[in-house]
Amino acid sequence: MAERSLEVLRAGPQVTVQDLGRTGRAHLGVPRSGALDGPAHRLANRLVGNDESAATLECLGGQLTVRARTAVTIAVTGARVPVAVAGRQREWGNAVAVPAGAEVELGVATQGLRAYLAVSGGIAVEPVLGSRSTDLLSGLGPDVVGEGDVLPVGDRVRSPVPVEAVPAPPVSRVLRMRLGPRDDWFERACVAALTGSAYVVGSDSNRIGLRLEGEPIRRRRDDELPSEGMVLGAVQVPPSGQPVVFLHDHPTTGGYPVVGVVLAEDLATCAQLRPGDEVTLRVV
Amino acid sequence: MEARLVGDHALLLQCSGPDEVRAAYAEARRRQDSGELTCTDVVPGATTLLLDGLREPGSVLGGLADWSLEVAGEDAGPLVELSVTYDGPDLEPVAKHCAMDVDEVVRRHRQTEFVVAFCGFAPGFAYLSGLPEELHVPRRESPRSTVPSGSVGLAGAFTGVYPRSSPGGWQLIARTGERLWDADRDPPALLTPGTRVRFVDGDPDG
Repeated sequence: MAERSLEVLRAGPQVTVQDLGRTGRAHLGVPRSGALDGPAHRLANRLVGNDESAATLECLGGQLTVRARTAVTIAVTGARVPVAVAGRQREWGNAVAVPAGAEVELGVATQGLRAYLAVSGGIAVEPVLGSRSTDLLSGLGPDVVGEGDVLPVGDRVRSPVPVEAVPAPPVSRVLRMRLGPRDDWFERACVAALTGSAYVVGSDSNRIGLRLEGEPIRRRRDDELPSEGMVLGAVQVPPSGQPVVFLHDHPTTGGYPVVGVVLAEDLATCAQLRPGDEVTLRVV
Repeated sequence: MEARLVGDHALLLQCSGPDEVRAAYAEARRRQDSGELTCTDVVPGATTLLLDGLREPGSVLGGLADWSLEVAGEDAGPLVELSVTYDGPDLEPVAKHCAMDVDEVVRRHRQTEFVVAFCGFAPGFAYLSGLPEELHVPRRESPRSTVPSGSVGLAGAFTGVYPRSSPGGWQLIARTGERLWDADRDPPALLTPGTRVRFVDGDPDG
């Protein structure tokens, strides 16, 4: 019997293995990491009968072709991408049976930015500190997936869970945020103007942070903030005044003040926004 | 102790200084172990303690008055001695900045017992507090693109050791051969918050 694995035939600009990350070691400087679009990652796993904690492949812009060495079930969620199995177009956002030896091809994303490919059994690379996630800030976890890689697949599979409706990628263009903890470091007028302010997603956005370009959020004090712990979704404001929303590979401590924190429910939106997209902030 | 809500699932405790951070960190850990506090991460900063992954930050906020923040002597963390060689490329500029000779920089650094205030920058990178004020130096004007693993540096009020090769802007005064980070060890970081650290002269490769 062939070993359960996926052979990577082509990989787009950034395909990484992701699960729910490695929380609990931020005090040692270990970023949480994990799938940026948590709901899409969990849904893909449910569709193929995996635990939500199983590792999937996060594909920036789609663009991944793999060959399944044994028969598996796959599902693709997150960004909208054309899905083909053995050359036939299949349904995005649903469980698809893949015969042994068949190719699975994810095309270029047409909506959203990060597609998730789950495979029954999960991507079974060796975990590091309890997680299989690739952390692009600290280098923990497996390398970025490239052509020629052979990714082991686990064999713990349950029956796929019927899923009523598959949500489309988040198309919201609003990021809701709570003020603080350091909103008092900024000019009152700038903080008051946050709601309704439009920003453009910067091209240097990545798994560490969503960079927003627009009206600068100006400080009212010049001293240095002593380094403090950072949370997922923190809107950190460097001296340029251009805010950065911290995503899963964010540093655990930082020295720039955080004006607010994006709601957990809106982080999937952050994962799916593309450079050039416009977003509006709303303080809630 | 003042505290601020950070989003919907975290609290930032504002401490009076590093000693209170240490006490609050120890108290948070004790409460985690006893089940009084449920959170995913307890993250010390220079003057703050972040409690992340709280289900009800409001109720934790309400109960903070009961937290014990006494720093007892017996709570002192374990002592780690790091064998180093003082031959860093920035030793002379540091001595010049501090208006003392190189031997004096080395003597004062070696004499000091440091304590891990917090970690960050990279897994296992510890910010060690206790640096005598006369050794406070700014970061390098242009950071190095590569700082070798084990380099001991100074920046502001802190000294620290690079756990692996990375870019960095700290002024390098020494190096050690100790393994600061090992993902297969538990804990993976040699220097955890509260750990006391002394630098001793020795063969950094031995």
